[in-house]
Amino acid sequence: MNSLTQYIDLYRQNADAINSHSALIMNEMRPAAASALEGKRLPEKGDEGFKVTSIEKMFEPDYGVNILRMNIPTEIGRSFKCDIPNVSTLLGVVVNDSFTPTSTMRQNLPTGVDVMPLSKACETYPDIVGKYYNKIAPANEPSVALNTMLAQEGLFIRIGRGVHLESPIQIVNIFNSPAPLMGVRRVLVVAEQDSKAAIFFCDHTQTADVKFLSSEIIEVAGEKASELDIYSIEETTPLTSRYSRLFANQENDAKIRVGTATLHCGVTRNDFTINLKGQHSEGYLSGLAIADGQMHVDNCSNVNHLAPHCDSNQLFKYLLDNNAQGAFEGGIYVDPKAPFTVGYQNNRNIVASPEARMHTEPQLLIYNDEVKCSHGTATGQLDANALFYMQARGIPYETARRMLMIAFMTDTLDTIKVEGIKSRLMMLVEKRLGGEQVLCNDCHADCHTNISTPRE
Amino acid sequence: MNQTNPTNDGRNISDKANESLDVLKNATTDEYKYGFVSDIETDIIPRGINEDVIRLISRKKGEPEWLLEFRLAAYRHWLTLKMPDWAHLKIPKIDYQAISYYAAPVKKESPKSLDEVDPELLKTFDKLGIPLEEQKQLSGMAVDAVMDSVSVKTTHSEVLAEKGIIFCSFSEAVKNYPDLVKKYLGKVVSYRDNFFAALNSAVFSDGSFVYIPKGVRCPMELSTYFRINAAGTGQFERTLIVADDDSYVSYLEGCTAPMRDENQLHAAIVEIIVEDRAEVKYSTVQNWYAGDKDGKGGIYNFVTKRGLCRGDFSKLSWTQVETGSAITWKYPSCVLAGDNSVGEFYSVAVTRNRQQADTGTKMIHIGRNSRSTIVSKGISAGYSENSYRGLVSVAPQADGVRNYTQCDSLLLSSTCGAHTFPYLDIKNPTAVVEHEATTSKISEEQLFYCNQRGIPTEEAVGLIINGYAKEVMNKLPMEFAVEAQRLLQITLEGSVG
Repeated sequence: MNSLTQYIDLYRQNADAINSHSALIMNEMRPAAASALEGKRLPEKGDEGFKVTSIEKMFEPDYGVNILRMNIPTEIGRSFKCDIPNVSTLLGVVVNDSFTPTSTMRQNLPTGVDVMPLSKACETYPDIVGKYYNKIAPANEPSVALNTMLAQEGLFIRIGRGVHLESPIQIVNIFNSPAPLMGVRRVLVVAEQDSKAAIFFCDHTQTADVKFLSSEIIEVAGEKASELDIYSIEETTPLTSRYSRLFANQENDAKIRVGTATLHCGVTRNDFTINLKGQHSEGYLSGLAIADGQMHVDNCSNVNHLAPHCDSNQLFKYLLDNNAQGAFEGGIYVDPKAPFTVGYQNNRNIVASPEARMHTEPQLLIYNDEVKCSHGTATGQLDANALFYMQARGIPYETARRMLMIAFMTDTLDTIKVEGIKSRLMMLVEKRLGGEQVLCNDCHADCHTNISTPRE
Repeated sequence: MNQTNPTNDGRNISDKANESLDVLKNATTDEYKYGFVSDIETDIIPRGINEDVIRLISRKKGEPEWLLEFRLAAYRHWLTLKMPDWAHLKIPKIDYQAISYYAAPVKKESPKSLDEVDPELLKTFDKLGIPLEEQKQLSGMAVDAVMDSVSVKTTHSEVLAEKGIIFCSFSEAVKNYPDLVKKYLGKVVSYRDNFFAALNSAVFSDGSFVYIPKGVRCPMELSTYFRINAAGTGQFERTLIVADDDSYVSYLEGCTAPMRDENQLHAAIVEIIVEDRAEVKYSTVQNWYAGDKDGKGGIYNFVTKRGLCRGDFSKLSWTQVETGSAITWKYPSCVLAGDNSVGEFYSVAVTRNRQQADTGTKMIHIGRNSRSTIVSKGISAGYSENSYRGLVSVAPQADGVRNYTQCDSLLLSSTCGAHTFPYLDIKNPTAVVEHEATTSKISEEQLFYCNQRGIPTEEAVGLIINGYAKEVMNKLPMEFAVEAQRLLQITLEGSVG
């Protein structure tokens, strides 16, 4: 008996209802996913790669799942103003796990680009969905199988062959429910040959006094010579838990940059797996976390070099205060078939309070001698000499400290290649470090108001 | 001597280097020179493990009741454990009932002088180049030699005794200094620690015991040579070193075994206690038989080594050169409990053919201002797998901790694996912990540079590897450094390709 049991039972008892509100391709995958879960459990704290985070515990509470697809008003998206300076984005909103494009997106989406609900994509592009859905993520891993078994809806993004999308696609994920809810989020991104695009996810929670769990699987197919930037910001609440897993397959000459920023959350675990399957493909990962209070941020990255002449780089930075817990597990795997690999990984952390905790596990698994690989990690404090230098020049202690913290985060932000997104993140990080509410200008969302007793 | 035409063409450099490497690849592979078997009458108990076997071992050793109880408690705990499987190793199933847990060269009484030691035994240690003979007293090293499971001879005990230093076999220590043994046994590595610690605690048959009294600086290097000789046995020795306040000792261990097709298990425990301002330097040159080129035979070296730096300003330094064993699985560790205590770990681990190693260290910082340095150099060749796994943990109360870890891997073939698994657990905001790791092969530029100056590829590789490992070699006592350097060269001969 573990946390999976309740979900398997839920599926078994409601299979018809689940199927009736979803699409055929997704439904066909459910029985095998349910079977894969039998006798399995989700990772527990202490398991290899999960030293400080228990996924089992995350999924243990009795969350509601919106099987009957009850209508939750999407107007909620209007209160969010996730502004990206000087850039007009193609905005879409996912409330819990249902996607709705905004009118801006509908009107401005260029030919060759599709952003639509996954169920609709199953009808419009059955071949593409059939080719990639549940094929990039390891279907039999419990967290993936759980998502496949229960996912009824999702988001599908296709960047057509040769299309260079100028405006970033911005997806605002919002949790909103009067009762505890698990959002089974599923995303499939297909970047066709020679295409180029940037996708930006903002995660928010509208109802701050309700518990939410996001079970998210993102599958990315990077076809030949495609170039994708995928960035995400999490600004949720202490009662929001998140287990997000991104899997990307990169073909020849494909390039992907993935960035994540965790600014507010409850318990968050992000997994990134990039498979460099084609020659000369590239994968870049970056992450930053600014955590205080009881926040728990755990990022796990795995870059698998499976073909010759591939490059990768990973950079993760954490700033931990109060009782925050941070964790970073990162791996570079070089297959025997992947000579001429260049793979780097870097993790830097600042632990700013006696109660904050940091756990890191950077790993290298190298099976080929034609490689240049390295990793480095350091955990410490702000440079006392630099702090003194600035104070000696009349900068007050607090300001000097904040400036150094921003400087510490800067190289992570520099990995973001879309200027507007970078400026926005910089603004949010500055606000965050200044102790202000992390809100975009004119945003009227109430996710950062004081938390009262949780509603059960 | 290779002649290399200087050229600006990178392709030519590469071709030349490859050609030279092929020559090296085809060179004769060095045979394991310690693979002989000594014809010594040996007392071996029947295979298998149960409470009766443990009682039999204890009876053979004439042990007191408390030690038997310790063994039995360990055995009962071992029965509740499963062999761990988290290491990056492929370990064939071990049948623990197929091992004989006690083998000892037949000897009537403990030898009082060298004349009483079996001449065949002396010959064995002579072959190994170990100065057991008393005329080699001037070599300035006290030696305890452990054959199979028991200590056969300890030299210089009397000289050391004058300074109050106790250096004897574990069995003698149990007889002559029971209070000391009882006080320290299992205090650093409890029998509950892990699967192999429990097994060792149940069946250990001998080992070395060292006690350095307060304020004494041990005048010579202490050394133990471990030798597995009998077939079908395992070796389960135990080393206990206690360095009292303000003392210093440098301890060396070396190990060899015959070439056999079967795998033999070596599951030892080393416990070290370092008191206020004391310093212990523990050096290992591990050269157990590693199996043949197809991975047949060889020793499984599953050892628990841990030191407790209990005293303020205490220091423990581990230096290891690992070239042998079919599978090496060990993490010499420092529990830095004393304020301002220092832990060091310097390691060169070489794997070739089908060898596997998952080794590293743990630095557990509990005391304030404790410091640790880890330098690990892995060299992989053939089809081997070489992993560094290390933990740096900083307790909440450990203010001002400093750690630096550097761990480099050198790959000498395209079929081997080099892996790094560091774990950093920081629970104090004042800690500064750094880890750096790199993995690469010997660069063609380096080889070309040497070739260009008339150094053949074989020598150049040796030179580069010795330079790569120098940081660790420098930490070895002189007596071992030369041997280790030679061992490194011999081990890698014919492995580059």
